[in-house]
Amino acid sequence: MTSSTPRGPGPIALAALAVWIGLLALISVWMAGASLRWLPVQASNAAPLVDGLFSFETGVGTFVFLGVISVMAWVMLVHRAEKYDESDAEPIEGNTRLEVIWTAIPFVLVMAIAWYAIQINTELGVLGPMEHIHLRSPQEQQGGYPGDRLPAEQVEVVARQWSWEFRYPGEHVSSTELHLELDRPVTFRLVSEDVLHGFFIPAFRLKQDVIPGRAIDFSLTPTRLGRYRLRDSQFSGTWFAANQADVVVETAEDHAAWLKQAAAAPLQRGLSVAADEYADRQTNPHGGWPTVVPAPPPQVNAPGSSSLPHDA
Amino acid sequence: MTSTALSPEPPASWRRYFGFSTDAKVIGIQYIVVAFFFFLVGGLLAMIMRGELITPEADLVDRTVYNGLYTMHGTIMLFLFIFPVLNGLNNLLIPTMIGAPDMAFPRLNTAAFWLVPVFGILLIASFFVPSGPATSGWWSYPPVSLQNPLGHLINGEFLWVLAVALSGVSSIMGAVNFVTTILRMRAPGMGFFRMPVFCWTALAAQTLQLIGLPALTGGAVMLLLDLSVGTSFYRPEGGGDPVLYQHFFWFYSHPAVYVIILPVFGIFSELFPVYSRKPLFGYVYVCLASFIIVGLGLIVWVHHMFPSGVTQWMRNLFMVTTMLIAVPTGVKVFAWLGTMWNGKIRLTTPMLFCMGGLFNFVFAGITGIMLATVPIDIHVSNTYFVVGHFHYVIYGAAVMGVFAAIYHWFPKFTGRMPYEGLGKLHFLLTFVGANLNFLPMHPLGLMGMPRRVSSYDPEFAFWNVLASLGAFLLGVSIIPFLLNMISSWARGPRATHNPWNAIGLEWLLPSPPAEDNFGEHVPTVISRPYGYGTGEPLVEHQAEIERALTLQEANR
Repeated sequence: MTSSTPRGPGPIALAALAVWIGLLALISVWMAGASLRWLPVQASNAAPLVDGLFSFETGVGTFVFLGVISVMAWVMLVHRAEKYDESDAEPIEGNTRLEVIWTAIPFVLVMAIAWYAIQINTELGVLGPMEHIHLRSPQEQQGGYPGDRLPAEQVEVVARQWSWEFRYPGEHVSSTELHLELDRPVTFRLVSEDVLHGFFIPAFRLKQDVIPGRAIDFSLTPTRLGRYRLRDSQFSGTWFAANQADVVVETAEDHAAWLKQAAAAPLQRGLSVAADEYADRQTNPHGGWPTVVPAPPPQVNAPGSSSLPHDA
Repeated sequence: MTSTALSPEPPASWRRYFGFSTDAKVIGIQYIVVAFFFFLVGGLLAMIMRGELITPEADLVDRTVYNGLYTMHGTIMLFLFIFPVLNGLNNLLIPTMIGAPDMAFPRLNTAAFWLVPVFGILLIASFFVPSGPATSGWWSYPPVSLQNPLGHLINGEFLWVLAVALSGVSSIMGAVNFVTTILRMRAPGMGFFRMPVFCWTALAAQTLQLIGLPALTGGAVMLLLDLSVGTSFYRPEGGGDPVLYQHFFWFYSHPAVYVIILPVFGIFSELFPVYSRKPLFGYVYVCLASFIIVGLGLIVWVHHMFPSGVTQWMRNLFMVTTMLIAVPTGVKVFAWLGTMWNGKIRLTTPMLFCMGGLFNFVFAGITGIMLATVPIDIHVSNTYFVVGHFHYVIYGAAVMGVFAAIYHWFPKFTGRMPYEGLGKLHFLLTFVGANLNFLPMHPLGLMGMPRRVSSYDPEFAFWNVLASLGAFLLGVSIIPFLLNMISSWARGPRATHNPWNAIGLEWLLPSPPAEDNFGEHVPTVISRPYGYGTGEPLVEHQAEIERALTLQEANR
């Protein structure tokens, strides 16, 4: 390769480059802030940690993306071949120093991100959602009520095709709406009676698959009053999309009152959109292929409602 | 070089494209045409899905139908479009780029191709069995995939597993062939570091196929036994473990993404130098980066399972390996930017598709780092954020790279030039359509909209409408492409042997090449590829070969 005459960029070019990089940095910082508004409200103590990490990565990612796009835009504008220019460009085949630099910088950058994420992970683990997995006993596998063996403050979450049932064994309450006390850590025991489901509350930023044949302990602390959606996040069959429930975070007094009222209420039919739609399908067939028959709606003390407006 | 070697053959009949040909160039075109047939089928399913999702309620189709649509869309696009179309490019490009007369095992090649329509028909047939097609997604996670409402032995899921297994057999046959051809049949003088990057990436991708596919095949056989014979490898009530399947599945299916994207990196590495008139920046690093991606790509699969019940230290480990992939990938992206820098950029249709593909790929890389980050992934996994990321990689980068390759090599293998105007229109519609379709999926995922849903809460409606409009635009974008392909193949201007003034063995063949490519007269390679601007010839007697080709073109 013939060596080219080294022509370093002039001071004006360097200044312009510095201004441009500064501008990209400003846009990136702005994006990092804006990214927090793309997420649902923060309703658990995990949410600020997750959002902080997301905001940081949005900032870094914006800078990298805009940097690459700037180079592409520059070459398209400045290094376009003139019309009818059939000649080749100056043949530069590589530059070892540059290649070492652009291997090292991404390496350091992603390892820094990973290190930061591991710190957050550890913190999240301390805060609760580091799950513990048990194999379920045969009694539990049959769907038997294991309430008396659960710690009284633990909430059992039973996922089915297609309904969510929440049992409060200490209070002898069951519900198809999840009620939680503000600022009080809660441990769930997640079980499934049929297929995989996903326990996903976007406002809490937490998600855990519910696996048949296992009982998974999972904790979190709600930090904001309100009504949020729990969505099934692991495909579970025909009515997967309708397998949602509401999560109500309430004050200690309200929670105690709700538990008391529920305990006094008789068992009644819980919420199950799938069961309703299936019944409708039996009377007015609207095409489609055969489906797994939904499990009967659970019999609960407090069905709750799924038509009230939710915060996230 | 004798004149007989270059004398035009009698024009081959179009009928050979409908028979059991052993010519890699015929098989290549067969693969690509069949793949695009299934691309239209898969795209139609996607547009029905987007039609359903334009409103929050499940109203356009029954929920079971929606589940069948999204399952078949994913399966068709992966196993019947993107893998076959890339195998088509492998068939066209590998022998011509390395100067081989054909693939190493031509009849194995024929068999591998003809399995594609066989399992394609099997899969489409599942729409017509009483229980309907498979409805549990292209992952087909048990136990939901084992539920068989009618109890028939022949059901959609059964046909699905069979089709996927046959696809695996076809891919293994192809991989053995491509790897052997690249390792054993290169032109004299073409050492590994004189080999075009496309061949490097094809070698890397096909090595991944050979290592990864047996895991999926084994996993699928056990799924079939659980489904049809009542074994309990994955059935929890019989002591099986449903999560085990996820490991088998992702051990292959994550590397499968690299099987798709690596050859597309190869296409970018071929085309950026041609249309920048500069050598590929850091050729050796780009070659080696492919194999670093292979090594790392095999040890990241658990990142698909962060919410499945994986212990914390494993989550951290697989997060680190996943993030490391950004390093060799970054090397490639910077190499392409270095290639374009100070070049003489020509914004032809293939170059536009490459630049658009690179734009989308960089975006997908950034969301990929977010998805690797465990706490963020816990929030967005199984939401539309993942769907958006995945489609930026597969449609935004890979399919755009495939279009770039088709426009670039179309003259070589058909002997006709594609139309630039239609090509640029196709690019514009594709680029706008893809971004309009897939960008709104990211806010949806962040807001908490799960993937695979047939209905959703009303707060998600706005972004879904935008995504649906983008999907319909993408549907429209295929029209100028098909028009261009059909009309230019039928009556486009005749192509010279090297219309883009590109460097490579394939451009030293007539357009279209003879059945045995160089035949007995394989040129000896004397320099590295991509010698743009260096003035060094690629092969011995290059001027003589080019003169003969030009003379032949002048006389036709």
